[in-house]
Amino acid sequence: MSVDVETHSQPQREPSTPLPVTPSWAMLRTLAGIATLSGLLVVMVYQFTQPIIAENERVLTERAVFEVLPGASSNVIFILDEHGISQVGEGRSGVRIFAGYRPDGSLRGIAFPAAARGYQDVIQFLFGYDPACACIIGSKVLRSTETPGLGDKIDNDPRFLANFDALDARLDPDGRALLNPITLVAQGTKTDPWQIDGISGSTISAQAMARALNEAAQRFLPIIQREQATLTQPTP
Amino acid sequence: MQTEALHSIFLNAAIVNNFVLALFLGICPFLGVSAKKETAWNMGLAVIFVMLVSSMSAYAINWLLTELDLLFLRLICYIAIIASAVQLVEMFVKRFSPSLFRSLGIFLPLITTNCAILGLALFQTAKEYNFIQSLVYATGAGVGFLLALMLMAGLREKLALARVPSVSQGAALSLMLAGLLSLAFMGFAGIGGSIG
Amino acid sequence: MSNLPNRIESLSPDTFIRGLWRENPVFVMLLGMCPVLAVTNTTINAIAMGLATTFVLVCSSILISLLRDWIPKQVRIASFIVIIATFVTIVDYGIQAISLELYAALGAFIQLIVANCVILGRAEAFASKQRLHTTLVDSLGMGAGFTLALLSLGTVREILGSGTLLGIPLFGDNFQPWVVMILPPGGFFVLGAWLLLFNWIRLRKEQQSIERSGVAANAN
Repeated sequence: MSVDVETHSQPQREPSTPLPVTPSWAMLRTLAGIATLSGLLVVMVYQFTQPIIAENERVLTERAVFEVLPGASSNVIFILDEHGISQVGEGRSGVRIFAGYRPDGSLRGIAFPAAARGYQDVIQFLFGYDPACACIIGSKVLRSTETPGLGDKIDNDPRFLANFDALDARLDPDGRALLNPITLVAQGTKTDPWQIDGISGSTISAQAMARALNEAAQRFLPIIQREQATLTQPTP
Repeated sequence: MQTEALHSIFLNAAIVNNFVLALFLGICPFLGVSAKKETAWNMGLAVIFVMLVSSMSAYAINWLLTELDLLFLRLICYIAIIASAVQLVEMFVKRFSPSLFRSLGIFLPLITTNCAILGLALFQTAKEYNFIQSLVYATGAGVGFLLALMLMAGLREKLALARVPSVSQGAALSLMLAGLLSLAFMGFAGIGGSIG
Repeated sequence: MSNLPNRIESLSPDTFIRGLWRENPVFVMLLGMCPVLAVTNTTINAIAMGLATTFVLVCSSILISLLRDWIPKQVRIASFIVIIATFVTIVDYGIQAISLELYAALGAFIQLIVANCVILGRAEAFASKQRLHTTLVDSLGMGAGFTLALLSLGTVREILGSGTLLGIPLFGDNFQPWVVMILPPGGFFVLGAWLLLFNWIRLRKEQQSIERSGVAANAN
């Protein structure tokens, strides 16, 4: 499409020097040749780098999953949608969750993603959930553009991160929602195990984190709890 | 982020993450075309228009490439589409408003290498916006660009009358000004979160 | 750049050096400033961005110089853009293969190398007219100049804004980082400060040469 369009753009050329007439087949030949060449190059590089990138991605995911599920040593990806949990490759689209297993093959917990708008932009998180104690056992910021020194405390302030060592996430008797919604409280006023003790100075980022966690937990945990059986069997 | 509210997307693109002052996209026209308010206004309008056109084209191309499983050609297709869109706008303006064409003349080809346009296409793809969200995002980004350009032009028109040390004339002073504007825009951060 | 003569340039040390200093794409030409401001909050990002841009610049210049007799004038911009976009896609996959974390830090700015005016500018003004070896040296010089500019911002911003250099803490625990330096305004301020410095040096040189010629005229 750029063929006919480009001929109109000669902004810096003086009208006094007319162009030598180039036959249009020459232009088409050049463009087609260049397009073919670039297509070939890109495909070659793509074929070569794709396995390396997939491996990098796997390593990075694994590291994040092991960080929010302390004690896990292997992980399997599952797909979660409103109907339940299925394995990758069954063709269902949904949220990717990660089941982490201990060295003996027993289920350590499930890592699930969450996101909310923070101070600057959307922050993406990964949280670890332990079905045995029905609590959140780890958190990690996957992607954030929060202000360094203030908003990024949600990922490196040890006092704040201690909130997520064993945060109460029990379900109500029906198993449809959390028994107690996870909320953020002002720094130093935490009274219940489902509350997150905030950070003064990065209120909005911490609020975003609490909101993201509560939303994702309300959505995913009932399904995870219900379909635990599909997760506990270590897949071959 | 399929669920993001439209007004939140708009405010985010126009103010909180202003393309020029927070994301550093389109700095070249920002410094080059901000000497006079009138040209700045025209340039801003042209950018909004080109952004809308290329946002729609990029959405269509991305859908097509996803269907064909040819995503590795995305960048090449985007830049080709944007270059063509700019040419179309150029012809359109030339045909219907020769005076606008004269004042914009040299800037239109510059929009092709304006990273704000390509950045818009890349960001809307990365954020997985649907068609309506993409359009709102494009409008927000364009309005943000216009806003930054107009603010800068207003400041520079005043500054042209001031006596500044000769060492700080030109781009150095413009950059310092842009820094101050950017600092002011940081104050808007957080509004997207409280309403979104 | 537009005043470059159309004649074939012979290879000289100046072909390389002018990109570093006299025609530095960032500090003198004020081109390609978007990545210069956006990804220089740490030194390592600056280095990665500089190398990626240099790679695209050198590869596309070589290809354009080789093909210069086959590209008709009317479709040259389209051809250049496709060639540049090809190499940017290659770099994009290359960086993902090297480190996904680095890729995340640089964000969309890797793909935005396509829109870097330095590359298209060199293709149009130099590579499409000159022989292969001159083009190679010229693009290496311009790439080095661009990397130098990125580095001069990256190091200053990282030292002031985080108190580290390449991630290694430079000061004691008492150091209170000047956070604004790694935020967007810091980019504008540091680049503005560098330009001020260069302006000052240039003005001083001009002053001295005027004085010197004045003295010489008096002596005569």
